[in-house]
Amino acid sequence: MPTPASPPMNYLQAFGDKAEAIALLTWAMLVLSIAVVAIIALLTAAGVALRRSRLAVEDTGRAPIQRPSGGLSWITVGVAVSTLALVGSMAWNAYTMAAINRPPRAPALTIEVIGHQWWWQFRYLSDDPTQIFDTANEAHIPTGAPVRILVRSEDVIHSFWIPALGDKLDLIPGQTNASWFEANRPGAYRGQCAEYCGRQHAHMALTVVAQTPEAFHAWRAAQLRPAQRATGDLENGEALFGARCGACHTVRGTLAGGVFGPDLTHLMSRGAIAADTLQNTTATLTGWIADPQRIKPGAKMPTLELPGTELTKIRSYLQSLK
Amino acid sequence: MAVADIDRSPKLQPQNEPTALRLAGLWAGEGGLRGWLSSVDHKEYGKRYIITAFVFLALGGVEALVMRLQLAGPNKTLLTPEQYNQLFSMHGLTMIFLYAQPVLSGFSVFLFPLILGTRDMAFPRLNAFSYWIYLLSGLFIYAGFLIGYGPNDGWFNYAPYALKPYNPGPNMDFYALGMILFGVSSTAGATNFVVTFLRARAPGMSINRAPILAWGTVTASFGILFSVPAVSLAFFMLWTDRQFGTHFFDPAGRGQPLLWQHLFWIFAHPWVYVVALPAMGIVSDALPIFCRRPLVGYTVVVLASVATMVMGFGVWLHHMFATGIPFLALSFFSAASFVITVPSAVAVFAWIATIWTGRPVLSTAFLFFAGFIVMFVIGGVSGVMTAAAPSDQQLTDTYFVVAHIHYVLIGINVLAVMGGLYVWFPKMTGRLLDERLGRWNFWTVFIGFNLAFLPMHWTGLAGMPRRIYTYPQGLGWSAVNLVTTIGAFILAFGVLLLFVNIWISRRRGVVAGPDPWGGPTLEWAVSSPPPPYDFAVIPAVASRHPLWEDALQEAAGKSSLTRGMALDDGKEMLVTTALDAEPVAIQKMPDDSLAPLLTAIAATALAVAALRHAWIAAGLVTLVLLAVLFFWLWPRRALGQVAERKHV
Repeated sequence: MPTPASPPMNYLQAFGDKAEAIALLTWAMLVLSIAVVAIIALLTAAGVALRRSRLAVEDTGRAPIQRPSGGLSWITVGVAVSTLALVGSMAWNAYTMAAINRPPRAPALTIEVIGHQWWWQFRYLSDDPTQIFDTANEAHIPTGAPVRILVRSEDVIHSFWIPALGDKLDLIPGQTNASWFEANRPGAYRGQCAEYCGRQHAHMALTVVAQTPEAFHAWRAAQLRPAQRATGDLENGEALFGARCGACHTVRGTLAGGVFGPDLTHLMSRGAIAADTLQNTTATLTGWIADPQRIKPGAKMPTLELPGTELTKIRSYLQSLK
Repeated sequence: MAVADIDRSPKLQPQNEPTALRLAGLWAGEGGLRGWLSSVDHKEYGKRYIITAFVFLALGGVEALVMRLQLAGPNKTLLTPEQYNQLFSMHGLTMIFLYAQPVLSGFSVFLFPLILGTRDMAFPRLNAFSYWIYLLSGLFIYAGFLIGYGPNDGWFNYAPYALKPYNPGPNMDFYALGMILFGVSSTAGATNFVVTFLRARAPGMSINRAPILAWGTVTASFGILFSVPAVSLAFFMLWTDRQFGTHFFDPAGRGQPLLWQHLFWIFAHPWVYVVALPAMGIVSDALPIFCRRPLVGYTVVVLASVATMVMGFGVWLHHMFATGIPFLALSFFSAASFVITVPSAVAVFAWIATIWTGRPVLSTAFLFFAGFIVMFVIGGVSGVMTAAAPSDQQLTDTYFVVAHIHYVLIGINVLAVMGGLYVWFPKMTGRLLDERLGRWNFWTVFIGFNLAFLPMHWTGLAGMPRRIYTYPQGLGWSAVNLVTTIGAFILAFGVLLLFVNIWISRRRGVVAGPDPWGGPTLEWAVSSPPPPYDFAVIPAVASRHPLWEDALQEAAGKSSLTRGMALDDGKEMLVTTALDAEPVAIQKMPDDSLAPLLTAIAATALAVAALRHAWIAAGLVTLVLLAVLFFWLWPRRALGQVAERKHV
């Protein structure tokens, strides 16, 4: 199965204030941990090597028994040093926790993240109801400003996680959790659901595209527009889409107004489909519409067994949704 | 010197032959199938626990290998998502519940009366019952798996995915009811350990002379008694949510999904110490044998295990750092999770000090224990990293945590158990495990384990979430996963070598004699395998190391196995006081009985009836259960005064 070329998920490189503070703490603890393991491993190995008895194993029972003195100082010194290292780590930990608890500046915008088995819904909130719109699996944010997120789930527990930008936050049905993150450099950042959420947990990824504020506002303006009405050959496709897919999917400005599946109003502005499972190309889109269950078994999108002509028309129509 | 030349005669052999013969007549069970099913001998059940746990270890291992094949490269299609999800769920619950705790119970059930200097567990029939219901709970859950309804929501089993709307099949009912049965087993077992420890130690074995393994087991048992009710209740609530429309965890009815997580982790975090402390006890007691000196810092090590268990109840929330809990709670539980490391440091430095101030003999067992120390520390420091809440919000639910849990469970549990088996196999069977094969066993396990799980830290840091059945190419995960898969197979081969060693040595191993290693504690004073009555006379203990007294001269008096109470007027055991172990009473011991097995079967049948919604059958089974219990508990005047059998 083809997969989209994606930016790495390695979070030891960070691209935002929050992620940087966390990465620094994680690096420090990692270095400390490796040092501790190295010291203990060396002490154990050296103890075994230097103090080993020359007896054969069969003679263990005959080796003399002794009670040397001085052993307790190992515990005293060892535990004292460990405690100092722990207290230092705790202090840094507390400092980092306080630093990332609240965004340093006023957030640029608030995105509501809604988890579904197995895709992401992003709702760009606004005080003005006409400025609210939805997108799926791909979120755009402006660089250089904190983004507030409110997360909730429509079904089971998911966890929202973009490693390079910030921490994890669970989406728990029946409650709304809030957090924030920030990107300081334009780019595409991959995220993935981190809490096991059922059969297709593996294919619940997302991309956050960080853009300069100008580019972001242009994108936002484009997303706010309803879909262009289909003309010519595509009209047939639009009607078919409404009939076959409209119960679940929305294309704003058409009869398709379903709420169970992703909003497809500007489908072609997204790089990937099926929650980052497939790159958005003609071939993958066709394959996905034809038989989603083969690609993502258990996904909520049924295999409709559309006749070839209908399939082509629907796909062509979707590809007109820029 | 050739192996055969070594004098393996016991140091404190009971001399009283007529008493021994008479006791054998009282304590030896019947032969045949009926005798096998009705036995209440702790040695028998200790071995059964270990064998059964090893079978589950093998099953969990095979499940892991199949998953590792699926994950060896990106986009593999060996397994369907559903198959993978059932496999990782079964693997987790098998290893954590059906292997890790029962295998330690096996060691403790076998060793407890022997190291404490008594004749059996305080409640031998309850002991048999604990084993049978453990076996049946495992079979119950596996029955679901075999007919295609294995649990598929992970061993942690979060709601609401575990609820009916998302999981309409009986998968979760198998898990819920099976876990309730398992909870009965571990609770009964824990009660038995606590009472045996407190009231059955040999006269003179004051509480500060008890072996550390006994301390580890009894501390873990207190942990079980306080934590298992939470999870048994949680699984019962889950089951009523699923079957009767209650709404404890269902957000659709204003239930709280987080309630499940609280109840589960209040149980499951202490459980980590339940499967660690007795294993640490194995190392603390057996490592000194090979270092030829007593453990450094007995008292602080004991206090550290108790402290670990107590604090273990105060850190459950660190499994939930990403659930959006308030900042204050986050800081408290984060700090508490740092502090809990201190007692572990005590144990680590006690072991290292014991090596440095001793003269270690590099036996296979010693190698396992030395390897254990380093693996323990790796599991410990990765635990400290996850205690830091901000770091954990990156690390949690990634392969970093998978690496951590395996260093904890394999490092602390499996390595200690394998080393312990090399130490006590001769006591159980009368024959030594082969040392040459043992070295192969150790090195393949050690190398395979580190090859499999050390790289997983990296996969986690590279952002690979856990519990995914596949992953795309191009994220930097592929090569590391291939290495992990290769390591897993080497590890599995190493475990296989242990099984081969057991198989061969059981019949052809070198005859061990009572005390092949020159151990300090009472079990090494009796024959291998021990006689049915364990001790001909109840030993009198004068120090922490009864068999090392000549060398250590640590007590004014001397421990004795030759002079003491014979207690041969029927099946009898001595009851002593909790702190000082002064004799206070003679306890009449029950004879063999089918009641424990029948009770366990009836309880399991009740679970089957509940699963099938066969309420009439459930009512009838309940009546049977009550009848069997009645039969079990019916007071008999002649309790324990069994007729002597002619002994050959």
